[in-house]
Amino acid sequence: MQFFIEVLVGGLLSGVMYALVALGFVLIYKASGVFNFAQGAMVFFAALTFVGFQEVLPGWLGLEADSGVVFWLAFLLAFIAMIVLGIATERIVLRPLVNQPHITLFMATIGLTYVVEGIAQMAWGANVRGLDLGIVDEPIAWLMDNYEIGVSKFDLFAAGMAASLVALLAILFQYTKVGRALRAVADDHQAALSIGIPLQTIWRVVWAVAGFVALVAGMIWGARNGVQFALTFTALKALPVLILGGFTSVPGAIVGGLIIGASEKLAEVYVGPFVGGGIEGWFPYMLALAFLLVRPEGLFGEKHIDRV
Amino acid sequence: MFYREAGQFKASYAEDSQIFPIRQDKIGFWVLMLVFGVAVPLLTNEYWLKAILIPVLIFSLAAIGLNILTGYAGQLSLGSAAFMAVGAFAAYNFILRVEGMPFLVALVLAGGTAAAVGILFGLPSLRIKGFYLAVATLAAQFFIVWALVKFPWFSNYSSSGVVTAQEVTILGYTFSSPEAKYVLTFLIVAFMALLAKNLVRSSTGRAWMAVRDMDVAAQVIGFRLMRTKLLAFAVSSFYCGVAGALYAYTYIGTVEPEGFNLDLSFKILFMIIIGGVGSIMGSFLGAAFIVLLPIFLDNVVPLVFGDALGAGFVSNFQLIVFGGLIIFFLIVEPHGLARLWQIAKEKLRLWPFPH
Amino acid sequence: MARQIGDVIVDLQNISLRFGGVKALTDISFNVREHEIRSIIGPNGAGKSSMLNVINGVYHPQEGQIFFKGALRKKMEPHEAAEQGIARTFQNIALFKGMTVLDNIMTGRNLKMKCNFLQHALYWGAAQKEEIAHRIKVEEVIEFLEIQDIRKTPVGRLPYGLQKRVELARALAAEPHILLLDEPMAGMNVEEKQDMCRFILDVNDHYGTTIVLIEHDMGVVMDISDRVVVLDYGKKIGDGEPDEVKNNPEVIKAYLGTSH
Repeated sequence: MQFFIEVLVGGLLSGVMYALVALGFVLIYKASGVFNFAQGAMVFFAALTFVGFQEVLPGWLGLEADSGVVFWLAFLLAFIAMIVLGIATERIVLRPLVNQPHITLFMATIGLTYVVEGIAQMAWGANVRGLDLGIVDEPIAWLMDNYEIGVSKFDLFAAGMAASLVALLAILFQYTKVGRALRAVADDHQAALSIGIPLQTIWRVVWAVAGFVALVAGMIWGARNGVQFALTFTALKALPVLILGGFTSVPGAIVGGLIIGASEKLAEVYVGPFVGGGIEGWFPYMLALAFLLVRPEGLFGEKHIDRV
Repeated sequence: MFYREAGQFKASYAEDSQIFPIRQDKIGFWVLMLVFGVAVPLLTNEYWLKAILIPVLIFSLAAIGLNILTGYAGQLSLGSAAFMAVGAFAAYNFILRVEGMPFLVALVLAGGTAAAVGILFGLPSLRIKGFYLAVATLAAQFFIVWALVKFPWFSNYSSSGVVTAQEVTILGYTFSSPEAKYVLTFLIVAFMALLAKNLVRSSTGRAWMAVRDMDVAAQVIGFRLMRTKLLAFAVSSFYCGVAGALYAYTYIGTVEPEGFNLDLSFKILFMIIIGGVGSIMGSFLGAAFIVLLPIFLDNVVPLVFGDALGAGFVSNFQLIVFGGLIIFFLIVEPHGLARLWQIAKEKLRLWPFPH
Repeated sequence: MARQIGDVIVDLQNISLRFGGVKALTDISFNVREHEIRSIIGPNGAGKSSMLNVINGVYHPQEGQIFFKGALRKKMEPHEAAEQGIARTFQNIALFKGMTVLDNIMTGRNLKMKCNFLQHALYWGAAQKEEIAHRIKVEEVIEFLEIQDIRKTPVGRLPYGLQKRVELARALAAEPHILLLDEPMAGMNVEEKQDMCRFILDVNDHYGTTIVLIEHDMGVVMDISDRVVVLDYGKKIGDGEPDEVKNNPEVIKAYLGTSH
């Protein structure tokens, strides 16, 4: 039983990390109808930029490498880089493709993925780097002692970060002017334009926010597994989450992430041994697919009626 | 000046519905066939055949496969490489396990196996559309490669998972030289391209395009969505499967499942975007472009920027150029090189007059 | 007139259709007789298009029964409706945008084509013969609707009025028994409307095709219809010959509102 709970909790916590990446997708999809395949590349780009600045800043400024100033400055610079990336994407890729079919935009973001990966590695090199957030990846002693359940402090921290990020975004969207404009744009581009909401500004904001989410996700994932090219695959992990949760729903991304995280770990542990293991790569997809056959619009998506 | 259709009158509907209704095109086509079928294997060297021409042909076939599904039937797939893998390993196992299996039969069976798997993974398309489906095809990509790795039976228990393609023998003749392999590939690809062209200009192709353009209207006019979509998945996978088998047998010789990864699927997708979505000829142009571009960059980048930048730079530069080109084509010419070719032809018809 | 109005061919009984909580159609019954021109009119949102969608199986009503040529049809799918000889055009043109006019109209022949995809791939013998035989039929339709000059043009490039005509051509190519036309004259100028009226009457007259028509132009409706059914807020408020309907107080109320 302990073991089951341990696997379940571990799965749920890693599910939070999937949800974090999925969140970036949902933001962009809601605001611009773009299914941004490059989200994974953005996670990689953000993490690499952060680590890169962490490496070069001490030299430039004559500071200790582990000082808080370097950390926050690197964070700020990486965030600025993500904003620049977002604006450039809006200007160069999205604006010329306005009103194109969604599939065209999707394929354009596959192209964007390659560009972002190329730029990131060209700027900072392709070496694997460590990233230290100062939280150790060890079991929480109290849980271990009393219940013999191993839950990593780091995972808990990551989950906490993700939760606060979601809360922050929710507040931002619900109570600020930009948030209201954003929801209007998500509902109907044309109508939003007609009442004077600057569509392009909103898109830039959204891409910047998605960049911020990518940065946070990249730092957490990077601290866990090292900052390396494999970070781009987080996008592939997030896709089944989106199928499950629906492309437009923030709660969907969270719940979907939890379900995928928990079920894939459970499947790996309890089903994996019978088929030779390594099923984590495709199990979430199959689960999402099976789910789609029952409910094509996702957990929280709205049923769509074709009007003719 | 010489490219005119003046004086060529169509007296019957059969003449009007030829693949090349204009005489000059027909002549040009046969000249091209002779050049690539006869002159090229006689005149070029081994490097060109092995590193450029054979892969271009094989990828063209895979691109035709994806184009049938995505370009004609409108179902985006990100798993074409997995169906190539099915074809490659199916051909290997048919030849390995069936005594006296003729190569061409194995090729058809390999395509058939891929088609069957394709139908299976096409089933979700009956309920889901667009990106949802694209994501579903990723399931095929990951699952198939995983299954080929995890069940050693597929690779005949080879310890590394790598299989070596057997010799290609047809009617007692063994295709071992690059020239022979090239000619064989050329004939198969040319024949299958013709079949594909025929399909897309017939009622089958119209059904695919109707479903692509407006599925409700297609149903109302009497097309069965299920049959039409699944047929597209089957035919597409068949083409990818045969391409995969050729990839193993006439191109690289030894294959492993991981060679057919997501990157390869994307590459094939890029071929049809750049070459022309919904165009058989575009599949060839796109494949040639994508195969030649890295070779071109490998040779040109060091010349321009010097050697100091190293191999890492070149490969990253390639990523950026690839991605940038995709975006460029989607923005500037969504119908790809095939459309540019068409525009050029229209201009040529009028030349030297502007209108 | 040469044509003779025949028996009831489509009979709708107590049809109700809901989308979630929204009632699109409530307890509607009416019938269509063979060879007649039957119009459905009503204000916007009255449920006219939904009615057509019920007849050819795009929507399945929650309640009610549809009899087609005397047989009860349960959950008929659109392609089954097509097989039964029902063709239609749409309010917002539903042509296949990426295809030429000719190919669009050829799709209308699909149910009459018998070759399978393997024969298509070879495009030899039977498949080619079939293609050409159907091309001849399609050319007849093209000639009838006077669109010879745009045969090879992609439909996306055509102006609105011509697109409507091509859509009619595609429906006619199927040689339907019943033709459902959803606002075939919307957005047309007077000349185009006159042309379209002529085509509709000709089709009805020459081929004896039964026509169910949705149209907002009352002049046209009253002129060419044999019988008219009037819907308002998903309910039937009038049914009968044009003169009857014109004088029905309910109908006048729905169109003009009531004065208090």
